[in-house]
Amino acid sequence: MTNISNTADTEKLTDAQERRRTRNRMLREFWFYFSENRGAVIGMWIFLALVLLAVLAPVIAPHAPNIQYRDALLVPPVWQDGGSWNYILGTDAVGRDMLSRLIYGSQFSLFIGVVVVAIALTTGVTIGLIAGYFRGPVDTVIMRVMDIILAFPSLLLALVLVAILGPGLLNAMIAIAIVQQPHYVRLTRAAVMAEKNRDYVTAARVAGSGNLRLMFKTILPNCTAPLIVQAALSFSTAILDAAALGFLGMGAQPPTPEWGTMLAEAREFILRAWWVVTFPGIAILVTVLAINLMGDGLRDALDPKLKRS
Amino acid sequence: MFQFLLKKIGLLIPTFIGITIIAFSFVRVLPGDPVLLMAGERGLTEDRYNALLKEFGYDRPIWQQYLDYLGNLLTGDFGNSLVSKQPVLEEFAARFPATLELSLCAMIIALAIGIPAGIIAASKRGSFLDQTIMGTALVGYSMPIFWWGLLLIIVFSGIMQWTPVSGRISLLYFFPPVTGFMLIDSFLSGQKGAFASAFSHLVLPSIVLGTIPLAVIARQTRSAMLEVLGEDYVRTARAKGLSSRRVVGIHALRNALIPVITVIGLMVGTLLAGAILTETIFSWPGIGKWMVDSIFRRDYPVVQSGLLLIAAIVMVVNLLVDLAYGLINPRIRHQ
Repeated sequence: MTNISNTADTEKLTDAQERRRTRNRMLREFWFYFSENRGAVIGMWIFLALVLLAVLAPVIAPHAPNIQYRDALLVPPVWQDGGSWNYILGTDAVGRDMLSRLIYGSQFSLFIGVVVVAIALTTGVTIGLIAGYFRGPVDTVIMRVMDIILAFPSLLLALVLVAILGPGLLNAMIAIAIVQQPHYVRLTRAAVMAEKNRDYVTAARVAGSGNLRLMFKTILPNCTAPLIVQAALSFSTAILDAAALGFLGMGAQPPTPEWGTMLAEAREFILRAWWVVTFPGIAILVTVLAINLMGDGLRDALDPKLKRS
Repeated sequence: MFQFLLKKIGLLIPTFIGITIIAFSFVRVLPGDPVLLMAGERGLTEDRYNALLKEFGYDRPIWQQYLDYLGNLLTGDFGNSLVSKQPVLEEFAARFPATLELSLCAMIIALAIGIPAGIIAASKRGSFLDQTIMGTALVGYSMPIFWWGLLLIIVFSGIMQWTPVSGRISLLYFFPPVTGFMLIDSFLSGQKGAFASAFSHLVLPSIVLGTIPLAVIARQTRSAMLEVLGEDYVRTARAKGLSSRRVVGIHALRNALIPVITVIGLMVGTLLAGAILTETIFSWPGIGKWMVDSIFRRDYPVVQSGLLLIAAIVMVVNLLVDLAYGLINPRIRHQ
């Protein structure tokens, strides 16, 4: 008895080891291709720095984001005449420190990206799996609905959805997620249709796997590559669209230090105080650029068509 | 080809019906009473309320309301604006040329710079020039265009004083619209300086709106060129001893442009979304600004029909691009 269970244990161990080894090998291969793209690595470092900035915002930021220093309105950045080391990037029209607001703003942008991608990814992948797996009338209906959503310019649809739901950051995120999920549906459906008739799926079906197991455990893991790339792209689009909604007054509401909302508040000062307009935009641009650089690297590393081994 | 056309149009019909359902339900899912929303009046008496209820047809079953709505659309009745009391279709028609002019100019900039940039990057693959072009394209692709517009205003309108900040033409000039395109109309009017004024108003918004399409087209052209340059027939052309310019510019480019045309079709939605931001920043009197203003004014009939009209335009343009694609690439239509 003991003997038998012992062998089973060792087998299990080697099985686990084997799996870990495969995973390590895959990660190493991924990193090999990813790190070949210099831009992607730079993007990754910038992104990690932003995450750090967002997490440590209360420690790093020299001031609280919403404190108004009434004796320091529209102070220019430190290197310009009249600037002060107290407010390194200057202050806005009601005397709030720009640098601190920008640092706190990184929290919102990353949060928006994570939430939007999470909602769009989970709903989109589930719907796409259903469409690609069952086909037939279900598929037709789902794809027609997705076509309808895609017929509207994304920002316009998001804007109208926010008008229905009411302005605010949460509703803006929901609206952007709704607008983005058709892309996930289409990608997942195409990938599922390509995988569905492969031998390993048939084998699993013959072995008695139910529909749910086949969909989520057998097929889905083999469709992840394009989804990861799409997730990176929609992370940056989400940040851009949320900032645009904030800029139009339909996203995060003042005094939230969200970068797009900050730009909206700064609009009337563009010809008087360049810094209140310039810095939030640079923050958005750098964040989006870093994520897009990473997305390009991910695509190079995960797209088997471009891989030359 | 005719069958191909019919198939494409057949696919559009359910989508179009879906769009009308969305536009139809828009007013009904808004929080608040639809009669009060659509009438835009406050403190209605009960009689007036009931009269309006009948007038809008809200007392009848929902499917009948929808059929009425469709019937109205077919006869060209898109409702009236609450603010101006004008028919929505007329307001749309008055503003659409402004957006069209802006979008066309943006697209011309994007194509005129994007395609050559992509070709150069592809033919000098891996060089410093290639990296610079593609780096710039990625920056353009990541650009928050509402900020880009403000930045250009600071530099060119604020510091340099070269261009005006907003509008389509200086208030000094007035002439009746002929084509609706300010550039052409100002030229036809023959007034001194009118064309220059219209042009200077158009430059910055066109650059802003064209930035993202430019970046996308440059990237797409480069990758399509790279794919085509590896093909056998390109090698044959080179082996024949043709000059590099001829191989790249004629043999390769023709096939590389096919995917680029698809991208141009997809850009229509991007342009209209971009027009919302660009027109807001530059106070450009087109449909983007009109939609944003209407959302803020709670002018719901305008939002409802504007949404429908814009989606219809996107769909028709996509159909045209599909057809163009079928014309250029016989492999598609014989599938």
